[in-house]
Amino acid sequence: MAITLLPEFENKIETAITHYPVSKRSASLPLLHLWQEEFGHISDEAIDWIAAKLDLQPINILELVTFYPMFRRQPFGKHHIRICRTLSCALGGSYETHACFKKATGAEGDDHGPVSSPDGKYTIEFVECLASCGTAPVVMMNDDFYEDVNESKIQELLQKYQ
Amino acid sequence: MTPHPINPFNHDIPAPETPMVNVNFNGSWIQIPKGTNVVEVTRQQDSFLPHYCYHPKLSISGNCRMCLFEMGTPRMDAERKPVIGADGNPEIAWIPRPQIGCATTVTEGMGIRTESPMAVECRKGVMEFLLINHPLDCPICDQAGECKLQEFSTEYGNGYSRFVENKVKKPKNVDLGKNIVLDDERCILCSRCVRFAKEVVQDDVLGFVQRGSLNTLTAHPGKRFDNPYSLNTVDICPVGALTSKDFRFKMRVWFLKETKSISTWDGTGSNIIIGSRENKIYRITPRENEEVNSCWMPDEARFEFHACQDEKRFQQPLAKVKDDFFPSSWTDILPRVAQELTKYKGSEIAILASAKQTNEELFLLRSLAHTLGVTLMDIKPRVQEGDRFLISQDGNPNSQGAELLGVSQKGKKLPEIAEGIDSGKIKALISITEDAVDCGINEAALKKLSFHVHIGTQPNKANQNAAFILASAGFGETRGSMINVKGRLQRLNKAIACPGHAQEDWEILRDLKSAVGGGNGLHTIEDVFRAMSQTVPSLAGLSLSKIGDLGLQLNGTVSILSPREIKPVSVTA
Amino acid sequence: MAAPQRRLIFKHIDAPGYTNDIDCYIKHGGYDDLKKSITMEPTAIKDEVKKSQLRGRGGAGFSCGMKWSFIDAKKVTKPIYLICNADESEPGTFKDRQIIHKDPHQLIEGMIISCFANSVKLAYLYIRGEFPEGAKILERAIEEARAKNFIGKNILGTGYELEIYIHRGAGAYICGEETGLIESLEGKRAYPRIKPPYFPAVLGLYMCPTIVNNVETLCNVKHVINMGGEAFAKIGTPNNTGTRVLCVSGDVNKPGYYEFECGSLTMGELINDVCGGIRNGRKLKAVIPGGSSAKVLRAGEKFKLKQKGADGAMVDKEITLEDIPVDFDSFAAVGTMAGSGGVIVMDDSRDMVECLANISEFYAHESCGQCTPCREGSLWMKKITHRMAHGQARKEDSALLKNVADNIAGRTICAFGEACSWPVQSFLAKFPEEFQAKANKDEELVLGK
Repeated sequence: MAITLLPEFENKIETAITHYPVSKRSASLPLLHLWQEEFGHISDEAIDWIAAKLDLQPINILELVTFYPMFRRQPFGKHHIRICRTLSCALGGSYETHACFKKATGAEGDDHGPVSSPDGKYTIEFVECLASCGTAPVVMMNDDFYEDVNESKIQELLQKYQ
Repeated sequence: MTPHPINPFNHDIPAPETPMVNVNFNGSWIQIPKGTNVVEVTRQQDSFLPHYCYHPKLSISGNCRMCLFEMGTPRMDAERKPVIGADGNPEIAWIPRPQIGCATTVTEGMGIRTESPMAVECRKGVMEFLLINHPLDCPICDQAGECKLQEFSTEYGNGYSRFVENKVKKPKNVDLGKNIVLDDERCILCSRCVRFAKEVVQDDVLGFVQRGSLNTLTAHPGKRFDNPYSLNTVDICPVGALTSKDFRFKMRVWFLKETKSISTWDGTGSNIIIGSRENKIYRITPRENEEVNSCWMPDEARFEFHACQDEKRFQQPLAKVKDDFFPSSWTDILPRVAQELTKYKGSEIAILASAKQTNEELFLLRSLAHTLGVTLMDIKPRVQEGDRFLISQDGNPNSQGAELLGVSQKGKKLPEIAEGIDSGKIKALISITEDAVDCGINEAALKKLSFHVHIGTQPNKANQNAAFILASAGFGETRGSMINVKGRLQRLNKAIACPGHAQEDWEILRDLKSAVGGGNGLHTIEDVFRAMSQTVPSLAGLSLSKIGDLGLQLNGTVSILSPREIKPVSVTA
Repeated sequence: MAAPQRRLIFKHIDAPGYTNDIDCYIKHGGYDDLKKSITMEPTAIKDEVKKSQLRGRGGAGFSCGMKWSFIDAKKVTKPIYLICNADESEPGTFKDRQIIHKDPHQLIEGMIISCFANSVKLAYLYIRGEFPEGAKILERAIEEARAKNFIGKNILGTGYELEIYIHRGAGAYICGEETGLIESLEGKRAYPRIKPPYFPAVLGLYMCPTIVNNVETLCNVKHVINMGGEAFAKIGTPNNTGTRVLCVSGDVNKPGYYEFECGSLTMGELINDVCGGIRNGRKLKAVIPGGSSAKVLRAGEKFKLKQKGADGAMVDKEITLEDIPVDFDSFAAVGTMAGSGGVIVMDDSRDMVECLANISEFYAHESCGQCTPCREGSLWMKKITHRMAHGQARKEDSALLKNVADNIAGRTICAFGEACSWPVQSFLAKFPEEFQAKANKDEELVLGK
């Protein structure tokens, strides 16, 4: 094993599994979340380890990782910026917000996927409706949620997340 | 029909004693066993509801949506009783939303319309959707000619495309396993292969990754689909996404002549179809027989035909002159062989027979032995690791037949034969198919023989020694019958001609016996079977044609040991 | 002038000084209804819910009492599960977010009462992965409730035991579909199941009878018990009882969440009075009244609705968009749906083709890919609308787009098929000239006419 697992992490894993007394397979998503929170992304090793832990085949975990967009197979930048692109936020200017973030961080690339800044500090991606359409456009900086994020707020946010 | 125990699902075989229900099928009232799904109903009515993901032996997936039909239920009055129409049958209220046939099981008074404008429109819609991202691979795709996408688009497709966008790109030519190539672009995501792997062979190795239109079939990176039954997914794949490496690019299927026969790879006797063209076999596919193999077969058994395409194959009868073999004609060689054999007493001759021979060949062999007075004969047993599915522990296809016809001693006599040859007691050996060296008779001992004649297809270690080689038939080149490990009598059919001047084994034995002991009145294979059925009680009253395509279970046939108890015998494998 | 808000579910949302811990909740009368329910017969609770005529608030508007009646706890031998659907992902909807983050105990209490009524011992709260803060808040709330013996073994000394676990999703809208949610909870790709035979009430989670209810619906159950089913049924209008939390977004001056009695105000009152009218001095052009899956309505369109005339009899009246009462049945009657209550307002500066392209991309992303029409069709519709919005529209595209949408709706495993085709069908039907204009303009450019 290339990665060492800390006992607290293993405890969290075991606790998560106990929440699904009927079928261990149900713990797949919780374990993937725990792993990604701990290590930043889901590696090949993660897939094999989680599959073995739940008595599943690796393909059963790979199927999930590629189905649910919150899981990433590659490491992201230090800060993950998620911008909603669905209708209400688009009407509120979220595409401009996205372009501003890209410009301000120097990230370049195809908007259809995550784009990272050259210094590795930020990864920016569009996501679908984040369920706060009334305060469009909305942005998540890591796990923190921000509303009404128009161009004027972007520098402030980037300052906060260094 | 009894469903095969292998299959977790048997949607095409209703349970016995299922009550019948009345169903209005495309305007006519018919009776169907309750709980039959609508795809099976159409099949039973000699109609057809096009489908992709449904398979009678797999769980219901319901995702291709090709089998959408218009369904009706009995119209109910205020008291929830069916309203009876003028013709005495319940009135049907047709549901505006189409239903899928595979997941809809018949109930009393149900209405089914498979050709209504709604049903046809649904089919056209689904057909178009399947084709928009499908690559135009027909000219290079093995599935052409037996592709469900081609067939249904001819019936229900537009004939032109309205899709002007870019198609979704996916991996092509993926090495999925040792026998299979995967083309993800052709895949229509019916999930038959995934369900087969999970449900029938319990090898959960295939799955879908990505989401939406990017859904892609794959095995986990680093893992391979190397299951011994993997090629069955190639059979059930409705399109050319899964193709057999062995058959890839070899031959267009519409050129193949299809011959129903039996696999002789092992004792299971899986029912097969031999695909051949101009006397060359290109592939073997399973044929459905619920009593033997359902609709599956092991991968290895599909490659059986390659052996007899070896370039070293005997194409003519050969006679040894000094140290070399020279071809000659049957009219020349057979009398010479007969003459040699009659020089010896019966006790001086041993016969090394094979449980790969057909019943007819074994019968004629015993008859020959009887004429020559030979009693020492046996077959080479083959023990392999079986599984609880379709690979038998018995590597011989006709052990039962060999025992029934008194030729087999289950290999117990092999040491005696070896001993006899070594000591010089046995001076002459007739070997058929088997390699004597592999049966415990080493080369040094073989050299002590005064006369050795071999009936077979290929050179082996022992027959280099023989005085005469009688070129015989390989896989798919002969007619006859065999009995599998479960005591089922099944019929082999001839798909291709023997190469060159080689002859079918039973013809050689018939003529040899004739040459040795005078005429026996047997000419055709049917004559042989009849003669056999007259001497073997369990085959009484039967004929080759009576066996039929699906074979016959023989009652209380054989002999001493029960079919499964094949004990290993100490001979070199 | 619009009727005032009736903040029943949202009573404490954004109330000054209100915090989301259990002590604050209890101070405001929290968990009294649980204490009341647990002394009732479970079937009595189900009866109250039936009497209340409460309809699901997730989007389908299916009668909650009827959904619960499909499972008879006395006849069932398998365990019964209850799942709270907190996977709020319908574009335009943001009400469950408020409840989860600001008044979680209302949801917890409603959930415990609902579990008790349906003899459930193990329940899950499926919350979308993009609410990490919400998941933490709910985890803490459950622990607080457990500490007070509202969850766990021997609840309030009655012998009833219930365990509730939070389960986080990971970014799939299709997990909001009840059988997709169940598949996801079982640790698989969220492919909805075919119905028949996999109705959740019969073959749900782990193939056992399961009830899936939306966050707002479960909160309503608490209030049904609080005031009694009959009293609840007096709120709103017949068959459209209780309150609805409406989420208004888009081109209005005061977007946000507002709770009203069903049918107590019209679309016009909502947009103009409550939300301050269209912003930037522009005019209304289009409204999507029930989340992006609902069919769009065009400003200036006339609808026929049966309304009470002067003499009390029901007559066919021709009304404008602004006159449509905001309730389930009225929206259905005018050819759209109340759905999740997400109202998206578009002004006259908006290009309808671009709006549709945005929505189509959402559906193409979120399609699970299991069945043919949706998998292939949703991406096809996205590609066509994008092409049209980016200067390559052709004359035949409108008819093609409509035909593609028609070939999806009604032919799929789950309602996602309708969800992705209704926007396309309705935008084309209500704004045909915009799509045609694009084709005319682009042809001009291409052919140099």
